Amino acid sequence: MKCPVSVTVNGVRRSHDVEPRLLLVHYLRETLGLTGTNIGCDTSQCGSCTVLLDGKAVKSCTMLAVQADGAKVTTIEGLATNGKLHPVQDAFWEKHGLQCGYCTPGMVLTACNLLEQNPKPSDAEIRRGLEGNLCRCTGYQNIVAAVREAAARMRA
Amino acid sequence: MASRIFGSGIKRREDPRLLTGQARYTDDFVLPNMAHMAVVRSPYAHARIQGIRTKKAAAMEGVLGVFTGPDMKAAGFGPIPCAWVVPGSDTKTPPYPPLALDTVRYVGNAVAIVVAADRYLARDAADAVEVDYEPLPAVAHAAKAVGKGQPQLHADVPNNLCFRWTVNGGDVDAAFKSADVVVKERIVNQRLIPNAMEPRAALADYRSATSEVTLWVTSQNPHIVRFLLSLDTGIAEQKIRVIAPEVGGGFGSKIPHYPEDAMVVFASKMCGCPVKWTETRSENYRGTIHGRDHIQDVELAAKKDGRIIGIRATVWANLGAYLSTASTGIPTILHGLMLSGVYDIPNIREVVHGVFTNTTPTDAYRGAGRPEATFMIERLVDLLAQKLKMDPAELRKKNFIAPFTEGHTVATGITYDTGNYAGAFDKALKMADYSGLRKKQAEARKKGEYLGVGICTYAEICGLGPSQVAGAVGFGGGLWESAIVRFHPSGKVNVMVGISPHGQGEETTFAQIVASELGVAVDDVEITHGDTERTPMGWGSYGSRSTPVGSGAVMGAIAKIKEKAKIVTAHLLEAAVEDIEYGDGKFFVKGSPGKFKTIQDVALMANVAWNYPKGLEPGLEASAFFDPPNFVYPFGAHLAVVKVDGETGEVRLEKYVAVDDCGRVINPVIVAGQIHGGVVQGIGQALWEGAVYDDNGQLLTGSMMDYALPKADFFPELELGMTETPTSVNPLGVKGIGETGTIASTPAVYNAVLDALAPLGVAKIDMPLTPERVWRAIQSARR
Repeated sequence: MKCPVSVTVNGVRRSHDVEPRLLLVHYLRETLGLTGTNIGCDTSQCGSCTVLLDGKAVKSCTMLAVQADGAKVTTIEGLATNGKLHPVQDAFWEKHGLQCGYCTPGMVLTACNLLEQNPKPSDAEIRRGLEGNLCRCTGYQNIVAAVREAAARMRA
Repeated sequence: MASRIFGSGIKRREDPRLLTGQARYTDDFVLPNMAHMAVVRSPYAHARIQGIRTKKAAAMEGVLGVFTGPDMKAAGFGPIPCAWVVPGSDTKTPPYPPLALDTVRYVGNAVAIVVAADRYLARDAADAVEVDYEPLPAVAHAAKAVGKGQPQLHADVPNNLCFRWTVNGGDVDAAFKSADVVVKERIVNQRLIPNAMEPRAALADYRSATSEVTLWVTSQNPHIVRFLLSLDTGIAEQKIRVIAPEVGGGFGSKIPHYPEDAMVVFASKMCGCPVKWTETRSENYRGTIHGRDHIQDVELAAKKDGRIIGIRATVWANLGAYLSTASTGIPTILHGLMLSGVYDIPNIREVVHGVFTNTTPTDAYRGAGRPEATFMIERLVDLLAQKLKMDPAELRKKNFIAPFTEGHTVATGITYDTGNYAGAFDKALKMADYSGLRKKQAEARKKGEYLGVGICTYAEICGLGPSQVAGAVGFGGGLWESAIVRFHPSGKVNVMVGISPHGQGEETTFAQIVASELGVAVDDVEITHGDTERTPMGWGSYGSRSTPVGSGAVMGAIAKIKEKAKIVTAHLLEAAVEDIEYGDGKFFVKGSPGKFKTIQDVALMANVAWNYPKGLEPGLEASAFFDPPNFVYPFGAHLAVVKVDGETGEVRLEKYVAVDDCGRVINPVIVAGQIHGGVVQGIGQALWEGAVYDDNGQLLTGSMMDYALPKADFFPELELGMTETPTSVNPLGVKGIGETGTIASTPAVYNAVLDALAPLGVAKIDMPLTPERVWRAIQSARR
């Protein structure tokens, strides 16, 4: 049995018949071939698979594709516009906020959501806001610096 | 311009692809007609396999094949080789079949594989494979496993003792006889799960027409994987291409050649299509190597003035159920030889027991052996300070090896390259305002608050290493590196290297080296790595070796390019070769700097060879191999300040100062990033992380729900400082910085917590120092 699902991903409407059990992250990665969204765990701890669903950060391994029916999804592939990096992406580059890059798409999208809700976060608020995303490389220090920098740029 | 690129914190060229989702990790690759593999794993720590029923699974929708251990064996796929057998240790190397043949020896031991059209169908069918197990008694604890009457894992390994290895320098017994004071401790470095954010994955494409296979795999060392894969698959090495595409962190866990590498090759061969396997995280916790799990009974002998004169230790290293690729080298060579730390200790003896248990195999995890050595000595020094009522900083200073630039040989027999331990330590104490901290602590104690200051000074062995030493200590490969530098007619450069970075940024730092040495723009240099077909032989990225060893190869190729460029320049300028000098991007005639050719001029002429020296080969390309004469020994001093909540046992990190010395720095931003990450990982060991097995060998921490990884909100801003003591071991004077943070931060934070609790008389809590353990220690001390 398959269910129809229609999702607008990075501005493009996509429709497929999918198995009801198909995870949103597998729909993005395997059905649509958008492999920028990574999978780091199977218990919703790591946040590598974070995407924006109607503007809110969600862990796409914790949602079924069919639950995203009718929603707008932004993945890391859809964040830069006309080849220009989003300020959050650019700040991660500037501040060396990534090493192996695996957690990065999820971190960046979580940071976008964080700054949307709180354009002027303190360091403590940034650190709290990133609690749902794990990074094993950076020790978080430069990620925090990147989010701080992005906040300043986005306010300017 | 050129000279300023070296040492500059330029932005990483790796990042744009990683930031936009364009990077390709192994699981991102999709090939035509590709199938997926799922692995059936043992739920028992120790059991005999009485039967495997695969019919139901094989008949399911989309299933291409179900295979077991005997199937793999019949197809000529042999056991996974162990690549490190330490001489003089009588090491037993029982066979490690990729799929269990008749016995499973740890939870997660692979039993069967299913190949199906998609990921979900493969998992469904794997769940339909029925295995009959006859459970056997299991043992998970290393010190227990060597005892009498314990379950035996392997037929030819009595008492589960894989090896017994001794390091012995000086006269240890005499030292203990002449000691005024002896401190003793049992130290446990708990088992850790590496947790690279990208789980493992492997994709094999076997072509029967040519007997060639391409393997995409999350590896730190694709050339080693190719070599070992040729041994266990029987496929000739030149027919194997191993590609480590983007690799999402490794921390040692992606050094080994794993059973799944062989399984996907086998599955691709049997099913006649490309086959991909991607680990789930809970599978990773059982099937990918663990680190540490090291029990030390140790004594330290000292004079009453605080001078340390001896160390005596007996160690049990838990190797897990089978020998992973480098496992025996970790608790021996990389641990036992480093017990002296930064101190002048003339007498050292350690006996290491490598023990098989019914647990996931262990191997290198960031630091690999050195954290266990550093923790041992740094904890003992603090215990000695307590016993002698001396300040731990003063006690350290008293015992430091004096600054040296020409090598210093320690009692374990190794020769450190360069060091200035007091220099780094003084800087750290100053940055942290050590005496101010002690005053603050005294005031806090008056108020009944638990404020602690912890110190760790360290030196570590990395930049592995001289190949002759590698051979002498039983490593089954070389440890040199190679590089090819190729100039195109346009003056742009491709550099192919044997190392295989996976987050450490050598694409950027190596481009900085080439740019600053040869006078090309950094963006004109492309660095290629991670593909056995596109790069020359190399032994990979681990042991903080990529930069110290890999850059030596790049520098060797650069030297050859310069020599050839001088010959071409001499010809073009009608001068003698001996009169051509190089400086600031120009090859010029000695005494007339106005007469010159740039490397770009030379590259064009060498590539077209129109007007060219007679007898000289055209082209501007050089290949070089670099085998370092010694390891490198970075060092430093870390200081942690913690506050312990006496009511909840919670530890709060108030301040962290790290002063490190990795010789010359190519890119300070990247170096700082390595330190940040390492420090946080090491603090994870001190405070939260720990893989726990029950007595039956069940892994109780089987997912990220149960294994606590460091998160962003625990940490204050880390304060970093550097000193610079170049090494003469490689042309650039650089030392590795990938593991120092992990080595130094665990004892620094541990010592801080115990220092905070010293007024209560708490002298020991086993790691990790979770609130519950700290709270219990406080409660029993107060009682």
